[in-house]
Amino acid sequence: MNRSDDFPEERGVSESEPKRYGRGLFLATVAGGLSSLVWGRPVWSRVSAALAPIDQLVPFVPTSGWRIYTVSGSMPTFDAATWRLHVGGLVENELDLDYEHLRGLPRATQVSDFHCVTGWTVRNVRWTGVRLADVFAGARPKAHAHALQLTSAEIPYVDYLTMKQALLPDVMLAYEMNGRPLPREHGAPLRLVIPEMYGYKNVKWLSRIDLVAKARAGYWENLGYDRDAWVGRSNGY
Amino acid sequence: MSWVRRFSRTERTLHWVNAAGFLLLVATGLILYLPSLSTLVGRRPLVKDVHFWGGVGWISALALVALLGDWRGLLRTARDLERLTPSRFNVGQKVNALLSAAFAILFLVSGLLLWLGERDTRFRFAGTVLLHDGLLYASLVLLAGHLYLAVIHPATRHSLRGMTTGKVSEEWARRHYPRWFG
Repeated sequence: MNRSDDFPEERGVSESEPKRYGRGLFLATVAGGLSSLVWGRPVWSRVSAALAPIDQLVPFVPTSGWRIYTVSGSMPTFDAATWRLHVGGLVENELDLDYEHLRGLPRATQVSDFHCVTGWTVRNVRWTGVRLADVFAGARPKAHAHALQLTSAEIPYVDYLTMKQALLPDVMLAYEMNGRPLPREHGAPLRLVIPEMYGYKNVKWLSRIDLVAKARAGYWENLGYDRDAWVGRSNGY
Repeated sequence: MSWVRRFSRTERTLHWVNAAGFLLLVATGLILYLPSLSTLVGRRPLVKDVHFWGGVGWISALALVALLGDWRGLLRTARDLERLTPSRFNVGQKVNALLSAAFAILFLVSGLLLWLGERDTRFRFAGTVLLHDGLLYASLVLLAGHLYLAVIHPATRHSLRGMTTGKVSEEWARRHYPRWFG
C-alpha cells in the first residue's frame, strides 16, 4: 500500500463486508436533502399546520418564524416627538402626520398571513393600523394619481403600489403588531401591510407616501423581483 | 506510556479547518437568522457578505487541504467510512463523519441557491430556506453530541488528544478500538 509515514495504521477495515451502508447513508442524505428543495415546503406546511397547537405552547424555533431583512447598515430609530409621515406628491392637501395624529385616525385590525418571497411564512399575524382610504380622505389624491411611492426611513429602500392595489380591503398602514406597538425590527413605528403580496412590498419604517402618476421599480424590483408580487403567482412561483 | 498514531497531519488539518469554518458560518448565520441578534448587530449587508464568502472559503480551504495533503490517505479513510462496521472508527463516529460531509454539501448547494436566487428567479425554490435552516438544526445536534464525547465525557475525552497531537495512548486505543488496535 502507498502509505505515507504520517498516516495511522489501517487495520480492521473490512473491505470484504458486502454492504456499504456508510456509502448508502451518505448518498441517501445528500439525495434526500436535494430533493427536499421540491417536497420540503409542502411537507413542512402540512406538518407545521398539524402541530400548530403545540407550537403555540412551545415554539419550535426561537424566531417565531420571522427573519429580519434589512438593506442598509443600521435600522432606523423612532422618536415619537419628531417622527412624521409625509403624504405628498399628486394630492390636493399635503399632510405631515405625527404619531398621535396617525393613531387618531379610524383604527382597523386584521389577522393575516405574512409570506416572504424566500420561502418562509408567518401565519395569523394580528395587525392594527389605518386604511389608506382614511389617510387619503385628508390628503385628497388628484385624479391622475394612479400609484403610490412608499419611502422607507431605511435608505435607499423604496417601493410602489398601484392605487388599486393600495385600496384592496386588507391593505393597511400598521402601527401595532400582535397587540403591541410595532417593534423596531418590524419597521417601527409604521409599515405597510399587503398580505396578498410578498414581504418586500410591505415597506418597513415608512416615512413618506407620495402619490404619483405611475408605479415604477422599487428597491428589490431593480434587482429583478416582480413589481406585482402576488403570493404564489409571481417571482417564478 | 506508549503512544499510537491516531490521525494524520492531513486529517487533523482538515478537521480544524472544517471546525473553524463551520463556527464562523454558524456565528454569522445566527446573526442573519435570529431577529434579536439581527437587531443588535445590524449591518446586515456586511454580515451577509462575510457569511457567503466565509462559506465559499470554507469549502475551498477543505478542498485545498485535501489536494495539497495526503489525499491517498484520505481516500483510504473514506473507503473505511463506506462500511458501517467498527475499525479505526466506531459506528457512531462514522455516522457523524458521513452526515457532516453530506450536510456540508447540502449547506453549500442550498447556500449557493439562496445567493443565486436573490439574483435570478430560475434559481429560486420554495424549499431552499427550509433546507438551509434544517441543516443548521441537524448540525447543531451532531455538534452537541460530538463536543460532549470529545471534551466532556470522561470515558471518551482522551480522543481529543488524537485530534490535537495526532496520538493517543496505546492502552486507550486497545480498549476503545479492539478491531483497529486489538
